Amino acid sequence: MNYMTPPTRSRAATRKRRRLYAVLSGGAMLAIAAALVLTAFEDGIVFFYSPSDLAEKQAGSEPIKPSQLLRIGGLVEEGSVKHAPDGVTNLFTVTDLEKTVSVAYKGILPDLFREGQGIVTSGNLRPDGLFVATEVLAKHDETYMPPEVADALKRAGAWKGATDKDKATSRKGKTP
Amino acid sequence: MIAEIGHFSLILALAVALVQAVLPMVGAARNNAAWMATAAPTALVQLACIATAFGCLMTAFVTSDFTVANVMQNSNSLQPMIYKVSATWGNHEGSMVLWVLILAVFGAMVAAFGRNLPPSLKARVLSVQSMTGVGFLLFILLTSNPFERVIPAPLDGRDLNPLLQDPGLAFHPPMLYVGYVGFSMAFSFAIAALIEGKVDAAWARWVRPWTLVAWSFLTAGIGLGAWWAYYELGWGGWWYWDPVENASFMPWLVGTALLHSSIIVEKRDALKTWTILLAILTFSLSLIGTFLVRSGVLTSVHAFATDPERGVFILLLLVVAIGGSLVLYAWRAPLLKGGGLFAPISREGALVLNNLLLTTAAATVFIGTLYPLFLEAFDGGKVSVGPPFFNATFVPLMIPLVLALGVGPMLGWKRGDLAGAIARLKFAFVFTLVVTIVAAYLSWGRSIFGVLGLTLAGWLAGCVLTEFGARIGLFRMEIRDVLRRMTGLPRGAWGMTIAHLGFAITVAGASGASLWQDEVIENLRAGETLSIVGYDFTLRNVDTVQGPNYTAQRGVFTVRRDGVVITTLAPERRRYIVTGTETTEAALYSQWHADLYAVIGQGGGQDGGKESWTVRLYFKPLVPWLWAGTLLMVFGGFVSLSDRRLRIGAPTARRAAHPVSPTVQPAE
Repeated sequence: MNYMTPPTRSRAATRKRRRLYAVLSGGAMLAIAAALVLTAFEDGIVFFYSPSDLAEKQAGSEPIKPSQLLRIGGLVEEGSVKHAPDGVTNLFTVTDLEKTVSVAYKGILPDLFREGQGIVTSGNLRPDGLFVATEVLAKHDETYMPPEVADALKRAGAWKGATDKDKATSRKGKTP
Repeated sequence: MIAEIGHFSLILALAVALVQAVLPMVGAARNNAAWMATAAPTALVQLACIATAFGCLMTAFVTSDFTVANVMQNSNSLQPMIYKVSATWGNHEGSMVLWVLILAVFGAMVAAFGRNLPPSLKARVLSVQSMTGVGFLLFILLTSNPFERVIPAPLDGRDLNPLLQDPGLAFHPPMLYVGYVGFSMAFSFAIAALIEGKVDAAWARWVRPWTLVAWSFLTAGIGLGAWWAYYELGWGGWWYWDPVENASFMPWLVGTALLHSSIIVEKRDALKTWTILLAILTFSLSLIGTFLVRSGVLTSVHAFATDPERGVFILLLLVVAIGGSLVLYAWRAPLLKGGGLFAPISREGALVLNNLLLTTAAATVFIGTLYPLFLEAFDGGKVSVGPPFFNATFVPLMIPLVLALGVGPMLGWKRGDLAGAIARLKFAFVFTLVVTIVAAYLSWGRSIFGVLGLTLAGWLAGCVLTEFGARIGLFRMEIRDVLRRMTGLPRGAWGMTIAHLGFAITVAGASGASLWQDEVIENLRAGETLSIVGYDFTLRNVDTVQGPNYTAQRGVFTVRRDGVVITTLAPERRRYIVTGTETTEAALYSQWHADLYAVIGQGGGQDGGKESWTVRLYFKPLVPWLWAGTLLMVFGGFVSLSDRRLRIGAPTARRAAHPVSPTVQPAE
């Protein structure tokens, strides 16, 4: 710093320089964040498939690798829930009423899991077509349908529930 | 009748809020004292109206008035009284009334206790506060009226969502909302300051206690939510990086930054525009959090029944509030004069680093939370962004934060001596080394990241203790002098030490809990034993028990270690009669270093003629630390608050202050 300049100008200059530091460090932080986000997106993003999507994808040129984490969703098929011989693995079928996927899940199923209910599950697809789930989500509210599942069912043309608008009005005026 | 009174009070509150939003603001612009003076009484009347409405709603719930649609859908005559009360805010409509009630309480507090605020600032603050209130009152009245009637009235209600019938969650929403909405105070002050074109140390002294209150409650609310998820959802996880969790976490991160940057405004008169921006961002993120939770745009394990139409309204509200305040910021912020200078290596510099890291972390959480929405909006397919993303972005940003947090308080204001500070941290280095060696020994062959987490926690704890020791002259002075200095230390300094220590303990708990847990799942018959990490769980029997509004299968386990009985655990699987839903009630046994966690699942089939049950056991190291650390952070916040309150507004506050013990010195 030039000590010969009057103090007021040097103060202004220092202020400018400090501001430059601040902007630079802010920029550096943003760059780090962007780098972190971009690398994390590589394997942090999980795609959602309906059973029909999955069948289409598997039939295509780029089938899903067994190592890839994915999420599937649909209805638990009526009468499909069974226990594997080990007693703690649950076997069931997820359907969008067009295609189905067999799912194996070791552990205690969530509280709101039941046949006919919409669920979302994440895990890996084995080459033999069995979906090995690491997590099964059923929603807190039994009247609630996961949006992905509702969409999947709509696309399969099997959506029987009320449309969003009907739902809102029917909820308001509902009598037992 | 009561419901109609409630509905009417809400409409009245809206009218009063409109007056409060307009008159004082215009009065302040025209320098009309009479108009400005309307701010305080209208704020009190608005609170009275909303409190009446809330009281009416709660009365409807307590008396199980099933002619009110909201009560019918969310309550039941069999429910225990505490859940009838908590059902008031355990649903969308009621929780929004709670939201505006808290907003009005904060406004009324400024009106009642802000006698020494400059009149124009007070008028503008209350006016801005009321604008937020108008938006949300309109939202309630137009899209989610809690007082709607059902005709003909049903005989009984549909019961509160069973997962919400839990002491932890009964108080989670009020805590969280006091936090969320508490940041509205900082926001209103920021907007008022932008309009006034003036920010000074007195302004910061006013903003800081409100921020501190909001932050402490938000911390408590998030902690309570994590605790609930841990024992109630039955998966033994306490944080899922779920959109709804992130919605409360983002304001916490930016709010923490605000809490620290306002120190610089108060003490050094610097960083003003940045602090204003943080205040706007924090409350904006609170609004976005409300939007995410209430609109149902994101899939989440916590998604309760939601309605897209409401989402559109809140989205509009968001655009007006956030867009408006940012435009105002862009226009007015350059007028604010910058204050004291400081070198990059200084207390201020350290706090700036804290701010940069916290806001960057909030930004990555924001991207991860909203990315699925953007992708879907542009038809890029349905994705979800899970824990791997957040672990890979958030955690690396926390490592420098913890490292710097240890050194920061040792640096002087304006110009610090980094080498000197590090030299004084010899004890912390030794302490960290010991913690690392012990952690590595105990967890040999397991996750190395757990050791890293404990090392960081050890470093932070060591630094905090060193700094505190230096402040009170430990090992340098007579024990009597040390005690005198300890009692004489400003509460703010105590608060900082306690909160930072709490953070260190939370970091340790989080590392242990997420990286070293053990679990086993097996099918057990009565009399069989399952072991985990040296603990033997024997399933004695499974009974059916009757609760007030549920029946449950209760498994009774005797837990032994080396043949000695330690405890009995009784997890339940409840079936609620009205809704037919089942919930898992995990049984926990906490020791200082770990939790034992047992869950009982479905009756598994009849192999061998005897019924068997799916049993899941967890060994969760350091989880109790997580809760202890969070409690300490909250406690630190309140300790610090008890200091600030004495100093608010300097001269005139003295007479209202409690008798102060002569040893209490003013903060530095």
